Amino acid sequence: MLQSLLLLVGLWVFFGIVGLPTRRDSRLVARVLFPLGALVSLIFAVLAGSFLISGQAPQGMILPLGLPDLPFHLRLDALSAFFLLVLGLVSAGISIFSAGYFRAGKGTAPGLMGLQYHVFLASMAIVILADDAYLFMVAWETMALSSYFLVTSEHRIPEIRRAGFLYLLMAHVGAICILLSFGVLQGGSWQFTFGAMRGASLTPFWATTAFVLALLGFGAKAGLVPLHVWLPEAHPAAPSPVSAMMSGLMLKTAVYGMLRVSFDLLHVRFWQWGVLVLALGLFSALYGAIFAAVQADMKRLLAFSSIENIGIIFTGIGLSIVFETCNMHLFAALALSAALIHSLNHALFKSLLFLTTGSVLHATSHRSLGKLGGLIRRMPWVASFALVGTLAIAGLPPLNGFVSEWLLLQSFLFTPEIPHAFANMFIPLGAAVLALTAALAAYVMMKFYGIVFLGQPREDSLAEAHDANWLERLGLAWLALGCILIGVAPQIALRPAASVTDKLLGHSVNTSSIWRIAPISPQQASYSGMVLLAGIVGVVGIAFLLVRLIAHGRMRRVPPWDCGYQWQTSRMQDTAEGFGQPIRHIFATFFHMERDLPSPSDTSPQYRIYIEDRVWRAIYLPIARTTQKVADLVGGLQGGRLSIYLLYSFFTLIVLLVFVL
Amino acid sequence: MTAHAYTVPILNLLAACLLLISFAMLSRRRTQRLVTLFAWQGTILFLSTCLVAYSSGLREIYYSAALTLLLKVIGLPLILHRLIYRLGAQWDSETVVNIPLTMLVGLVLVIFAFGLAQPISMMATTITRNTLGIALAVILLSFLMMITRRKAVTQVIGFLAMENGLFFAATSATYGMPMVVELGIALDLLVGVFILGLFFFQIREQFESLDLSNLESLKED
Repeated sequence: MLQSLLLLVGLWVFFGIVGLPTRRDSRLVARVLFPLGALVSLIFAVLAGSFLISGQAPQGMILPLGLPDLPFHLRLDALSAFFLLVLGLVSAGISIFSAGYFRAGKGTAPGLMGLQYHVFLASMAIVILADDAYLFMVAWETMALSSYFLVTSEHRIPEIRRAGFLYLLMAHVGAICILLSFGVLQGGSWQFTFGAMRGASLTPFWATTAFVLALLGFGAKAGLVPLHVWLPEAHPAAPSPVSAMMSGLMLKTAVYGMLRVSFDLLHVRFWQWGVLVLALGLFSALYGAIFAAVQADMKRLLAFSSIENIGIIFTGIGLSIVFETCNMHLFAALALSAALIHSLNHALFKSLLFLTTGSVLHATSHRSLGKLGGLIRRMPWVASFALVGTLAIAGLPPLNGFVSEWLLLQSFLFTPEIPHAFANMFIPLGAAVLALTAALAAYVMMKFYGIVFLGQPREDSLAEAHDANWLERLGLAWLALGCILIGVAPQIALRPAASVTDKLLGHSVNTSSIWRIAPISPQQASYSGMVLLAGIVGVVGIAFLLVRLIAHGRMRRVPPWDCGYQWQTSRMQDTAEGFGQPIRHIFATFFHMERDLPSPSDTSPQYRIYIEDRVWRAIYLPIARTTQKVADLVGGLQGGRLSIYLLYSFFTLIVLLVFVL
Repeated sequence: MTAHAYTVPILNLLAACLLLISFAMLSRRRTQRLVTLFAWQGTILFLSTCLVAYSSGLREIYYSAALTLLLKVIGLPLILHRLIYRLGAQWDSETVVNIPLTMLVGLVLVIFAFGLAQPISMMATTITRNTLGIALAVILLSFLMMITRRKAVTQVIGFLAMENGLFFAATSATYGMPMVVELGIALDLLVGVFILGLFFFQIREQFESLDLSNLESLKED
């Protein structure tokens, strides 16, 4: 199994290299290599899924590569198989979409793009398969670098270069934290395999240090507030399939790393860790949702929504740690299952939505919400797939977003008494914040869909917008299908998640029933996607039939009621800014705002608003300024005069002579 | 053993001459004179090496003495003279930072070097151990010369003089370095001077002068 997975990873890299010599001709890369890559992804998902379902024992392997005396260790267990399943399923859709999407243009040549894309994919798989800190870090950095080059594929635009730099900077800060964490985890044995780290006995202080460092490192990659600043910059800068990969899959490798370190290597020891993760997760979720509501750029909006969803996933992880340390294993399994399923769900619907923004971008060349609108008539296919994604991410049944958020809320609501008063107070508060976040997310997604696809076109050029080509549609359809299937039959996702929690925690939620999921007990709460779907279809069908058969039964196409106005233009519609205005008022303390309000007598009024993170001003700018100051001081040493440089070596020599002799 | 009775005083005399020449180099303004002084330094080095070879009876040291004669007394000064001639820098002289002050700093350095060399010379077993302090002083003085000068050719002479000091340290602390190492260093010096000569022409072309303070303008802000 592990060998075949490795072979598939090798195939990805091979496809990338084969496409490299084609330079600017994109046919080979687009029509052959990307579909083949998608096929490999599919096989990958099937293999990982079958490993997970069959509940096999972990498989290990030692590759004779790497440094002498430091070979690469690989291991496939339930946790890694679950994330490999996510990787394979979602990347299949993205690769098929990319086959239709990438074409020769201003940016990187398609051949090079294909290489970067497939190396990115392969490195993510290796991150998940790695079983020693050395291979993990090598793959982790490969992942960061390949995605950096993908983000900056249109590097001639200065903003994109700036976004890429910020991304690389944060990626490296995170990588240093992870490296230090591994350094602590080896616990003096100087063995860097995960097997040795599992067995290392750390004092509470060092265990907590390792945990906090891992949280910082993986949090920077995942986009936890306040380490999230690169997300809203890098996602809009990248080509859409790359944004989909980064948001849908790369953030999940950080979730994987966090789970691996906290549950597998550190065997969760203190409930305070859980409260820390829980607090960060809840804050990120709320923060992401609020900021998403006020964005006017569709990809930035989705990036903030990613922060929100990562927050939800980390909330689940935090809750699971709290329960596990209080010996409530069933609840721990429930919360962890919710986090895992939400990872899968977020990978599906966020990729789907990012890909639809790519189609919109290709069709209209606009990213700003203020220039879109009414695309449902021009792009019916994209609009329907986007609707599925929108409803799923908004957490509406019978789609997949509902399942995981419901499971998480269940674990909040049925929480028994926790023996720590402080943590006990935290739980209801967390449930409230989570509910608020879910509602805000629905609001955000209504804004996204309503402004882009409904209403009237805000620009004349939108009349020429064309729908996505068949390859793009296929990719979108694959992801949308996943959203629907998991929503209707949550067992598909719950079973694999249950086998992970079985291996990690020794417990799993009840998955015996095919028709419904009842995590705690059927008397308390249960959800059946199929019954709900049947109900919805039934009600809509009956209503439709009633209208057709009993009422007038005719269908007329007329303009909607125009409220008695003489005419209606697209400028009379609600704008993205207008939609976000209530949120901006309610949560004004979160924002730093600058507004230009036009005067009433202005004949060509321009309204401009500039919204900034408070985090940026409060944390990042002071750090940047201090760094600049220190750098200037150090730079003063470099006067440019030769004799000064000679003087430095002279004094060094003298000092060394004095000290050594 | 009677021969040895004279060896040590003569060696000390030569070492003193070496130090004196180093001070002379510190105070000289004209580049061409510096080359002459460098040749003299080489000559003294040659003589002292011969003396060490004679007293110790090691054949290898004669070879290294011959190498010194060939390279440092004849070869390098010749190359440098031709270089100066080709560059048209025969009459170049430079404004040295306050000579008396430099001399005083040099004196401090010599005292420092002797202080440092004291414990090492105790460990050394060779007849020439007293001269280690002087070798160290020569190195430091040459360094000082490089710091106080601005012209490109002077820098190279300072660099070569430093190597002389090192060589002297090697022969005085131990009986010279292994032959392979010595040959390697000799080749390095030769190649180094050739490459630096090329650089001189480039620098002059770029700035129309050999003054290294012009290089400051290369620094980015």
